[in-house]
Amino acid sequence: MNTTAEKNIILQVDRLKQYFPVKKDSIFKPKAYVKAVDDISFELFEGETLSIVGESGCGKSTTGRAILRLDEPTDGKVLYMGKNILTLNKKDMRKLRGDLQVIFQDPFASLNPRQMVKQILNEAMAIQNVVEKSKRKERMLELLGYVGLPPESLDRYPHEFSGGQRQRIGIARALAVNPKLIICDEAVSALDVSIQAQILNLLKKLQKQFKLTFLFISHDLSVVRHISDRVMVMYLGKVVEIAEKKEMFDSPLHPYTKALLSSIPVPDPTLKRDRVILKGDVPSPIDPPGGCRFHTRCPFAIEKCKQEEPPLRELVNNHFVSCHIAETLPV
Amino acid sequence: MLMFILRRILQTIPVIIGVTFVVFFIMQLVPGDPAVLLAGEGASKETIEAIREQLGLNQPLYIQYFEYLTNVFKGDLGVSLKNSQPVLDEILVRLPITIELAFFSIIITIVLGMAAGIISAVKPYSLTDVSVMLVALLGISLPSFWFGLMLMYFFSVKLQILPVAGWDSLLHVILPAITLGAGGAAIVARMTRSSMLEVIRQDYIRTARAKGLRERIIIYKHALRNALIPVITVVGLQFGALLGGTVLVESIFAINGLGRMIVDAIRMRDLPMVQGGVLFASLIFVVVNLFVDVFYRFFNKRIELN
Repeated sequence: MNTTAEKNIILQVDRLKQYFPVKKDSIFKPKAYVKAVDDISFELFEGETLSIVGESGCGKSTTGRAILRLDEPTDGKVLYMGKNILTLNKKDMRKLRGDLQVIFQDPFASLNPRQMVKQILNEAMAIQNVVEKSKRKERMLELLGYVGLPPESLDRYPHEFSGGQRQRIGIARALAVNPKLIICDEAVSALDVSIQAQILNLLKKLQKQFKLTFLFISHDLSVVRHISDRVMVMYLGKVVEIAEKKEMFDSPLHPYTKALLSSIPVPDPTLKRDRVILKGDVPSPIDPPGGCRFHTRCPFAIEKCKQEEPPLRELVNNHFVSCHIAETLPV
Repeated sequence: MLMFILRRILQTIPVIIGVTFVVFFIMQLVPGDPAVLLAGEGASKETIEAIREQLGLNQPLYIQYFEYLTNVFKGDLGVSLKNSQPVLDEILVRLPITIELAFFSIIITIVLGMAAGIISAVKPYSLTDVSVMLVALLGISLPSFWFGLMLMYFFSVKLQILPVAGWDSLLHVILPAITLGAGGAAIVARMTRSSMLEVIRQDYIRTARAKGLRERIIIYKHALRNALIPVITVVGLQFGALLGGTVLVESIFAINGLGRMIVDAIRMRDLPMVQGGVLFASLIFVVVNLFVDVFYRFFNKRIELN
């Protein structure tokens, strides 16, 4: 990948916050919030695949949903082609949804069991009015062709398909409205490894064909390595590191990223590896640790880490990290 | 589908035979000898014996039962002990009234219940939701005899806009139907709400939102259709409770339906009449359940696979 400067920013997330209120134990206690996403900023370039990785509960899926306003974000801005979509009214937002699509993790849950494939595809086209009525049937067959499903699939219900096929239907559905950006929320996590590869390759092919931009949310680092251009690591609602894929996998800077990457299994039993094993659990996002959120589990934490929240800074070209002591850490 | 309906109809035969069995033997357990009752006080032993002979009451029970069963299948439910008229004729006069009452009540149950459930589910834990569910809780808790009397007091006695009792016009239907349907509506409302809440959390609802569908279409087209299956089951079950309720409601509002007929017959110890009434009430229930099953299958195409 060449430098980012010459590429167009399609989506810019600016200080996005997503807090969810927690049920109070007592009316005397102050209102508590789960800080699922806490003040994160990043941008997405046209035509690239940016992956968000992190443990479950780090806020990666919440980020995706907040961008699409499937949950209304608490604060911040989401600029799509320079326009803040969080301030759009319902009608304009509905129109914009044609550009922003989503593919969910569970292909068994993301398709309405009572709709045939043709209804699923047709509905998407009808709402966004992307294809005129007489040409929709043709378009549906075309879509099925793109995702590698036979034409007779149109008259079937989702339960008649396998998991991989269902995910293909989900992809066809997303493509039906000619989107520019697709958020893939754990899009292959529910599938077998062999099927995962098929779907990932299909996504790559479609990306090239239709110049799509992907925000790829995953906890699976091997998948991320396969599909991404850039990778963003999240921990407890914060961005800890963003870099281009090769740079990230070759020379991670943040201690958390290092631990995460060392957990990728290597298919070679004879290989000796230095694994960084983190102690303890992820702290509660209701009352996250002050300073650097990772300091409670960081083997290198110093006093400053407990006091001061590290900003996200560019340490190497296009490689951002939020760690006070990233330079001094052992490679 | 046709095979399924056929098989389902065949399955009702043993159920109906079972019903006749229960109806017949429960009547045997009722204290008091019908022959003595029929002969009247002070009748001679010979008279009683003669009546017993005539009604076949001196036969062993199983022979009596088989005779009863064959008669039932021939459409002969015996004659009323009260006025010696055939039981079936009386039932056929009363049945349409009860069916009409049940029909309007179940409509109130479905319409009111589902509307309340949807309103609650769309904004869960809001003030509207809490109030609607509170009313629903009241609806479940209030006994129908009291609720019916209260309605009668306010609408007929105080406001004088609806008739007190009887069964002459559509206006007469309103109060009894509300009384009978309210409890079911409350249960259906709670069921619809919880079923909707479960469905609304599904990814395909999120997908529908991401497509840019209007909220109203998401609720009715995507959520409600999937949430409907447990609701249909509850409505079917509710119909059974409703039939039981007709006994009370018809008595309160002085409606000459099947329920009131059964109550009167019990009071008069008119055993053939009670048997016939209960048998018909059971038959209605069996038929309604048959419809629910077929409907269910129609709504959920996946049941066909299993």
